[in-house]
Amino acid sequence: MENAFGQPQSVVVLGGTSDIARAIVRKLCAARAETVVLAGRDPTRLAEAAREAEEYGAAHAEVVTFDAEDPASAGPAVAVAFGRAAGPVDLVILAVGLLGDQAAMEDDPEAAARMATVNLTWPVAALTAVRTRLLAQGHGRILVLSSVAGVRVRRSNYLYGGAKAGLDRLCRGMGDSLEGTGVRLQIVRPGFVRTKMTAGQKEVPFTTGPNEVAEYVLRGLSSNTPVIWSPPVLRYLFLGLTHLPTTLWRKVAAL
Amino acid sequence: MTRLCGWGRTPTADASVVAPSSDDEVAELLARGPLCARGLGRSYGDAAQLAGGTVAQLTGLDEIGPIDEAGVVTLGAGASIDALLATALPEGWFVPVTPGTRQVTMGGAVAADVHGKNHHRDGSFASHVESLRLATPRGVFDVSPETDPDLFWATAGGMGLTGIVTRVRVRLLRVASDVVLVDTDRFDDLDGVMAAMVEGDARYRYSVAWVDCTAAGARTGRAVLTRGDHAPAGAEPPRAPRAGRFGVPFVAPPGLLNRLSVRAFNEAWFRRAPRHAVAEPHSIGSFFHPLDGVADWNRLYGPRGFVQYQFVVPDGAGETVRVVVERLARSGLVSFLAVLKRFGAGDPGHLSFPMAGWTLALDLPVGADSLPDELDALDELVLDAGGRVYLAKDARLAPSKVAAMYPRLEEWRAVRGRVDPEGVLTSDLARRLHLVGR
Repeated sequence: MENAFGQPQSVVVLGGTSDIARAIVRKLCAARAETVVLAGRDPTRLAEAAREAEEYGAAHAEVVTFDAEDPASAGPAVAVAFGRAAGPVDLVILAVGLLGDQAAMEDDPEAAARMATVNLTWPVAALTAVRTRLLAQGHGRILVLSSVAGVRVRRSNYLYGGAKAGLDRLCRGMGDSLEGTGVRLQIVRPGFVRTKMTAGQKEVPFTTGPNEVAEYVLRGLSSNTPVIWSPPVLRYLFLGLTHLPTTLWRKVAAL
Repeated sequence: MTRLCGWGRTPTADASVVAPSSDDEVAELLARGPLCARGLGRSYGDAAQLAGGTVAQLTGLDEIGPIDEAGVVTLGAGASIDALLATALPEGWFVPVTPGTRQVTMGGAVAADVHGKNHHRDGSFASHVESLRLATPRGVFDVSPETDPDLFWATAGGMGLTGIVTRVRVRLLRVASDVVLVDTDRFDDLDGVMAAMVEGDARYRYSVAWVDCTAAGARTGRAVLTRGDHAPAGAEPPRAPRAGRFGVPFVAPPGLLNRLSVRAFNEAWFRRAPRHAVAEPHSIGSFFHPLDGVADWNRLYGPRGFVQYQFVVPDGAGETVRVVVERLARSGLVSFLAVLKRFGAGDPGHLSFPMAGWTLALDLPVGADSLPDELDALDELVLDAGGRVYLAKDARLAPSKVAAMYPRLEEWRAVRGRVDPEGVLTSDLARRLHLVGR
């Protein structure tokens, strides 16, 4: 069960090897998390993340593998992950995502479709399965890793940003649909985060590390805010950016 | 589904709430599946809620029987202290133990084995209970300390997890008036007030100190001690009759109770108290239940709610109280109204909170990033001193610390297993602390 600060005791992570997800899991394990189920693609890195969860205080860490390029795998992966949790699940973190090099994908229909699948289609299928299970349980929380890239989509990463935009908007609606059910959905919108996903990319203002994102997430679990910005100042920055005239936005986005 | 929460307003739980109106209906509910008992929702944390489950609200069982010559009365578990006082006080009887609010039910008072300002003399609530009617998945039992001491004392402080109390027989206290004569003393530091309590509490039926945990430096732990007893017949009435009842109509914005506003309040509270006053007449309400005068005062803490941290440490560990107060003053965390009191010996309740020693209760708004870890650190201090935290207030204790704080937990589980082997009775508190299965 969650405590007064929204700290969970059992956690399922879809995309369990993501740097941000791992930073969140470390903090949750140091707080109250006892059971952690990490689902992802790479068994070796999942095992490493599971070891880390136990080092930080989890009593049981389990791993589940799935392929995010195959949306049909989402339902079964969620079923297995909930089974491994062996009891009520307090928090589901959805951290599946693929950034990629857009320049190499812009002329490749298959690669572009893969971006939509991994960042949007698979997550939507998984969230649908998660939602049903948490509703049946009567309580629980879903945390979806979105991105500021989806708040106003830039030309240089429209494949990633566009897919995140779809996921983000869909989750706002799904979150509203859960009102009064005992299940909560929160979206995390980090700015640029130094991770293996963004390695080699140019840093922008308000860049953070995964640990800082995790701190804002823990604060957000306590306050129940529907959208967690990281860092919080981005809420105001993007309020301005979303209202910039297109010509001006193109200049800003190209910086 | 109805959204429920404790008095601290966090965590919340959406549950189906049912309101049985007879013992038979309670028995039917127990036969149906997992169930959690709830009264007036004054426990601070998650003791009276079951997210996604069924919660039996027992306030419908509110009948109050006649008071016999010995002052014994039989009440429905849903009757409140407020309702009981309305009947009993005009006849010259008072509740033997009352917590800081009169909006608690008899069932809740037993389940939390509540204490009051007279614990050092009169013990906690269950010590004044003649018998209980307890509906369990294994049948309905009339339980007294004589007929089934194990089940009686597992139920006293058992947080509603040994069965659903439907009826309580309580021994009341004879009083000659509805006035309390109160001595007030102000102390500039914690040592002063603690010494005065050790030296003088035995002379008073009621004693409690309010401690300022926000004052800095040498004034840390300054306190106002109020002690008193019921006045004899014909006592002078209180000078200031209670003003109207105030209310907090909506949830305050976050941060209303911040370091500045709480400091200002504490300063005013401290200065308002006389340095030394003797035998001032107070009304029952203003002495025992001052916060009941402000309806829904918990909303002042804003949308995130607050936690109440209450611990007890044995007599020899008064130093721990001082360390906690100093830590809080240094931490910058806002604590509104810290309440310090001495406990007498505990009763035989397996999970009953009180033990001979010192208890301190702190109200802390949720929001400060450091609060969860700071409270975990306080738990360590309390455990090292051989103390424990109060389950009726808890919303955040680590499950791994429960058995050390409540060493008779296994014994309690065995008694519970007798009447609820399938684990029908549960709550979010029970699930979170693994008191029963997940």
